[in-house]
Amino acid sequence: MTEKPLNNRAWFFVLPVLGFVLFSSIIPVMTVVNYSVQDTMGANSFFWNGDQWFRDLLNPATTIGARFNDALFRTLAFSLACLAIEIPLGIALALCAPRKGWAVGISLVVIALPMLIPWNVVGTIWQIFTRADIGLFGATLVGTGLRYNVTQEPISAWMTIVVIDVWHWTPLVILLSYAGLRAIPDAYYQAARIDGASRWAVFSKIELPKLQKVLVIAVLLRFMQTFMIYTEPFVVTGGGPGSATTFLSIDLDKIALGQVDLGNAAAMSLVYYLITLTVCWIFFTVMTQLERRRDV
Amino acid sequence: MLDWMAWTWQTALFFGFVAFMLVLLTLLAIYRPETPRIGILRFPTTRGDRFFVTLIGSAYIFIFWMRFGGGSLWYPLFAAIVYGIAMFKFA
Repeated sequence: MTEKPLNNRAWFFVLPVLGFVLFSSIIPVMTVVNYSVQDTMGANSFFWNGDQWFRDLLNPATTIGARFNDALFRTLAFSLACLAIEIPLGIALALCAPRKGWAVGISLVVIALPMLIPWNVVGTIWQIFTRADIGLFGATLVGTGLRYNVTQEPISAWMTIVVIDVWHWTPLVILLSYAGLRAIPDAYYQAARIDGASRWAVFSKIELPKLQKVLVIAVLLRFMQTFMIYTEPFVVTGGGPGSATTFLSIDLDKIALGQVDLGNAAAMSLVYYLITLTVCWIFFTVMTQLERRRDV
Repeated sequence: MLDWMAWTWQTALFFGFVAFMLVLLTLLAIYRPETPRIGILRFPTTRGDRFFVTLIGSAYIFIFWMRFGGGSLWYPLFAAIVYGIAMFKFA
């Protein structure tokens, strides 16, 4: 930290990206902010509406407020459920994955396969897979006497969406954890063997602390992706039955593009954006702090 | 040209303020360099970090004010300013 002042001219290379971000993000966000304080009857004429959209949105007694409140908690519950399954499962599977020999390549490729499938294809696959008449999964469950119906039973729908996400994205956690595990020098394990450490002690005292950084990345990525989940419920359940799987993004889409209710949608997307931004910032801060402590 | 963005002077004022602060902070960073310091947030912050925390926190102050049925927005604005000053001073 005591070198001479750096030449910062490399920042000019970032300018094209800034220009792009201006058009792809900043100007649209500014427009959304403008929409969020106005009402429109179309034809590009707007009327000042002050803070009313936000007041309605944040008041659970109003229709839109109740919708937002429910969708927000639904989305948070979904994110937590996915994280609670994917992170431990990913670590466990990474621990089981082979570390040398011919099996390494095969198992890693097989593990990574679900991640190569685009979201809407995943949705379509599972939509057919879970059907009670022609779907293998659905027909088997119904055959065993379970009340399983994605389009009519809220619990089935919820379970299915969570299972889809676990199937689709646990591989990411596995690969991250696997890379983290491989980066631990052998000396740690040798020292543990000399001390006669148990398997649990090796895991909790060596592997888990060393995985901390990749796990923060995994949690961040998985949280963001589950918090913005759209395609799978849209394709598989359409947000139903009723509104059981109407997550924030789906509700937002319905309000903004279905009902063309720009004011409500703008207020909702800004609050949604604020939550996302806050979570990103918290994770970023935690990650940079972990790095800093490692440097010390 | 900018008709479609549906500008109002209120939102223009808000973005103008943010843009002004960004320019000001950049100039300060160039002519009055600083080292990050550790305050009540327990991690090193620069002026830019403190400004960001102020903006995000102020948004939450307004949101919670409206969520719990608060009236005039002048009160949360005052709270946000106090909060911002506290962040710049102690964070």
